[in-house]
Amino acid sequence: MRDGEPLIRWVWIGDHVGELAHYTGVHLRLGLLPVLFGLIISVPLGMLCHRYRWVYPPTLTAANVLYSIPSLALFMIFVRYTGLTERTVMIPLTLYTLSVLIPNVVDGLASVPDPVRQAATAMGFSTVRRVVQVELPIAVPVVVAGVRVAAVSSISLVAVGQLIGQGGLGYYITRGLQLDFPTPIITATVLIMLLALVTDALLVLAQRLLTPWARGKGAKA
Amino acid sequence: MNDLLNQIQLVGEWLTSSAQWHGDDGIPHRLAEHLTYSGLSLLFATVIGLAFGLLVGHTGRGAFAVATVANLARAIPTFGLVVLVVTLAGLSTAPVLVALVALAVPPILINTFEGVRGVDPDARDAAKGMGMTGWEVLLKVEVPMALPLILLGLRVAAIQVVATATVAAYPGLGGLGRYIVDGLSRNDYQLVIGGSAVVVALALVVQAVFTALRRAVVSPGLRPAAAKS
Repeated sequence: MRDGEPLIRWVWIGDHVGELAHYTGVHLRLGLLPVLFGLIISVPLGMLCHRYRWVYPPTLTAANVLYSIPSLALFMIFVRYTGLTERTVMIPLTLYTLSVLIPNVVDGLASVPDPVRQAATAMGFSTVRRVVQVELPIAVPVVVAGVRVAAVSSISLVAVGQLIGQGGLGYYITRGLQLDFPTPIITATVLIMLLALVTDALLVLAQRLLTPWARGKGAKA
Repeated sequence: MNDLLNQIQLVGEWLTSSAQWHGDDGIPHRLAEHLTYSGLSLLFATVIGLAFGLLVGHTGRGAFAVATVANLARAIPTFGLVVLVVTLAGLSTAPVLVALVALAVPPILINTFEGVRGVDPDARDAAKGMGMTGWEVLLKVEVPMALPLILLGLRVAAIQVVATATVAAYPGLGGLGRYIVDGLSRNDYQLVIGGSAVVVALALVVQAVFTALRRAVVSPGLRPAAAKS
């Protein structure tokens, strides 16, 4: 850092509000769409693992192995196929969410009390209707807990995508390093943390709206 | 399919060319750097995370603080933190190590805490009833029973440290990420994909080490299959 350079030049932030808002939007898209895709993959896969237990260990191992691969390396492997596009960032981020989402879908389904399942069957629910109307809603709290972890880590990982030119707010992190200018780096880092924490809070709120029956219990506990 | 074979061939050529195995930019040196950063920071993080996790889990005091720290820490973008540290403190290993430790402590801390906290109170009571002191309860009952979660925390921390040490090549640090970052700036795809292959291999080894460790040290009585029967 240059001598006499302050940690933050507030003027810079004021001058870049519009641009910052634009990159914040991009960042949210890059971070949250993978969570949505991950959920679309994990719910059926988790249901499959719940029904056929032998599918679960190999699926979980595969998801954990994918999760262990550093994002930078995984981006590079996909660059060959999807180029320097947003897809190259979103596909690996989607794969990362699986190691959190699949076990949470399975645990969520396992948390459905057996009497409830039997009652639904006795009331004449078909298997599909029982899963959709009874088991999945009961699994929501556990699934949302997974979605929260996935969303927060996904949002903070997006920045690495800047090394292939698609990092949302990560743009300011590399820019700040090139210019030896800490203000954009700090601004972007703090904004990314805020995005993650606000998303987390919104997911908690969403869970309360999705599971109104749990509210009374939650308040007491 | 053809393209996949091409990529594998590219990686193979890169790995077998002798330039890759000598000097400062050779794989042995870069791997040693990577393992040094990751190993040292994981070691420090383990000491800090285990100490506080066991303390808070055993006494039950400070649980809220631990949960808050863990939540906040997950939201920190690792890339931003590493680049910020280099911009503020200059390019040297020590500040980056501090950043890596800061990233690795929370998963170890929260899992150790949750593990000790989740120990069956009956088991704890029984241990006290047998006349064990607080330390004995911690070391002979709580730690062994919390071990699966403690190892999970260590694994998550190790994965994160190895990944972040890769990204640390961007602001100029050594390690395996150098190949990817240098390859990108020189438009040398073989270097990028070769480096990625080595990084992936290291990640798989880390994952395998923790799977083996879990088999080796977790008490048979705690394995899911055994617990049910």
